[in-house]
Amino acid sequence: MFGDYSLGDLGAIFAMQGFAGLILFSVYVLMALGLAIIFGQMGVINMAHGEFMILGAYVTYLCSGFFQSNLPALFPGYFFVAMVLAFLAAGALGMLVEWALIRHLYKRPLDTLLATWGLSLILQQAYRSIFGAREVGVELPSWLIGSVQVTDAIEIPINGMFVMAVTVLITVAVALLLFASRWGRQVRAVMQNRVMAGAVGIDTDRVDRATFGIGCGIAGIAGAAFTMIGSTGPTSGQLYIVDTFLIVVFGGAASLLGTIASAFSISQTQSTLEFFLSGSTAKVLTLLGVVAILMLRPQGLFTLKVRR
Amino acid sequence: MADNDRGLESALRRRLLMGLAAAPAAAALPRFAFAAGPATAAVNTTGLAVTDSEVTVGILHSVTGTMAISETGAQQAEKLAIEQINAEGGVLGRKIKVIQEDGASDWPTFAEKAKKLLVNDKCAAVFGCWTSASRKAVLPVFEQYNGMLYYPTFYEGLEESKNVIYTGQEATQQILAGLDWVAKEKGGKTFFFIGSDYIWPRTSNKIARKHVENVIKGKVVGEEYFPLGHTQFNSVINKIKLTKPNVIFTDVVGGSNVAFYKQLKAAGIDLSKQVLMTISVTEDEIDGIGGENIAGAYACMKYFQSLKNPNNEKFVAAFKKMWGEKTVIGDVTQAAYLGPFLWKLTAEKVGSFDVDKIAAGSAGIEFKGAPEGYVRIHPNHHLWSKTRVGLAKADGQFEVVYESAGLIEPNPFPVGYQ
Repeated sequence: MFGDYSLGDLGAIFAMQGFAGLILFSVYVLMALGLAIIFGQMGVINMAHGEFMILGAYVTYLCSGFFQSNLPALFPGYFFVAMVLAFLAAGALGMLVEWALIRHLYKRPLDTLLATWGLSLILQQAYRSIFGAREVGVELPSWLIGSVQVTDAIEIPINGMFVMAVTVLITVAVALLLFASRWGRQVRAVMQNRVMAGAVGIDTDRVDRATFGIGCGIAGIAGAAFTMIGSTGPTSGQLYIVDTFLIVVFGGAASLLGTIASAFSISQTQSTLEFFLSGSTAKVLTLLGVVAILMLRPQGLFTLKVRR
Repeated sequence: MADNDRGLESALRRRLLMGLAAAPAAAALPRFAFAAGPATAAVNTTGLAVTDSEVTVGILHSVTGTMAISETGAQQAEKLAIEQINAEGGVLGRKIKVIQEDGASDWPTFAEKAKKLLVNDKCAAVFGCWTSASRKAVLPVFEQYNGMLYYPTFYEGLEESKNVIYTGQEATQQILAGLDWVAKEKGGKTFFFIGSDYIWPRTSNKIARKHVENVIKGKVVGEEYFPLGHTQFNSVINKIKLTKPNVIFTDVVGGSNVAFYKQLKAAGIDLSKQVLMTISVTEDEIDGIGGENIAGAYACMKYFQSLKNPNNEKFVAAFKKMWGEKTVIGDVTQAAYLGPFLWKLTAEKVGSFDVDKIAAGSAGIEFKGAPEGYVRIHPNHHLWSKTRVGLAKADGQFEVVYESAGLIEPNPFPVGYQ
């Protein structure tokens, strides 16, 4: 297939293809981070993760409408406000859900799967009633649209770079929070031994609620960022949930580094294969690869060594 | 006591006054017209839910679940049509009563609800379904219990049933004229096909490929399918950049559409220079995609909201009055609107609600009031209709740039295209 193209052409395509992989990588990391915290640290199987993302997307939609009609001068910067609000809204809903639902199910992890799946259906129908069944279009400030012309042939989408920047920022923030803050130490202590952590004076209930809230809040930010590249509708969250779990499980549930490594390997495989094969086949091969590796390493790519 | 009497008296007077006030209005009401219909025993020999004053029909669409996005418009149009028919005196002197069921985007549910509408409710006709999968699920039910289904979506063809009237276009009807136009007007010789991975895009693209290769004498330089709900198109966009096709031909559906056009724009593919023709984006989808992201693309189908003719202007105004100023009307919505009218015209022609008579009498039924213009039912139960090409604009509407000269014959089993 490459016979007809000059070396320059091919170079440009490979550069852009590499970049496409990187964008996919950041999208995956952003999707999976919130879940990695909730599933990895707390062991809660949150099937409503996608709906928390879409809450963020709808907050962005509302913000965009609000700024357009009330503060048109500030419209170019609305996206940052929207991301903060998305974090707060999704985080608040997450804490509410933890208080009302999840905390009663910590001892029955499989039941959380059903409960949160039910929650996801409820949220979907709620979005449908509030915002309508149709997808909504989120208007973007003009500086986020279009691409940067690097050379004649190489063009890099701006929103892709924006997503990458957001991903890096949030990953760093989460890493700092988990590994360099008092709260992070408490979270890890509770995860490793809940009874013991409670015995040394950690308020495990509060830690749980904050962890769940932050995980959901990050999902909200991801949702806000995805309005640039995907659709915003009541059921859009479903588009992401399978990939998200795939990445978290493949990476090794309890490891942040594992999530990143797994997102990287899956996204690169997927985008490279997609280029040479058709989209559906690429997906099948990627999934087969994941299954094969999980058979050899059931605990995922990275695991924490914990004495049980 | 006195007080009570006065209360009664005034109540009586009030009722009398109301009656008097209503009398002139009642003359204009359809109630009087309904009495004029033929005897029930004559129009209903098979035990359908028909009384002297009412006839029951079903509406079967997804109000919940993934497909609610698409099916909302269709059921709105059907309700509008039924309301308009009732306001003009109903069908055979009978008011149409609607029983609506929710298919919930789940194909077995569709079959179950179809059975309920036919067996329990004895509906004389059912307007509904959207995806081919839901139609395939209810088809055996309609054939077994002898019901009548009016199906609104443009679809892949390869089907014909006595119990179904297809008010949308089948694939050859929709695609071929558009491909010819793009080849002639835009110099389209090389094509890149992108679709969602299920039966409709695959069949449509198969037909399109045959036409490109055998009739246009062009070349298909790429054909790609993505799972439903796929949201990452950067790799295929790179492939498009590499193969530089004259025309990108797409039948991506649902949420993937939004991702595809946003990423296409972000990747610097300018639709005012790169010709893109879609058969899956109507005004409904543009709502979610955002007009600015798809402006410059061409869509090929039979109806656009912007069509200029008196029927359509009336239809658009009535639709907006009923469902809100902000609603938009896509191809399928309009096709759904035709269903109740075609059924009414057929019932009045054959003078009966009996399904067998309706099925046999459908061929040749003409509807001059269609928003898309004149349509006629072909003996194969599809519609003769025109095909149009619309240019997407930033405000979310299409500007019609081409219209086929005459009605195009529906051909659900196209020879040489399979």
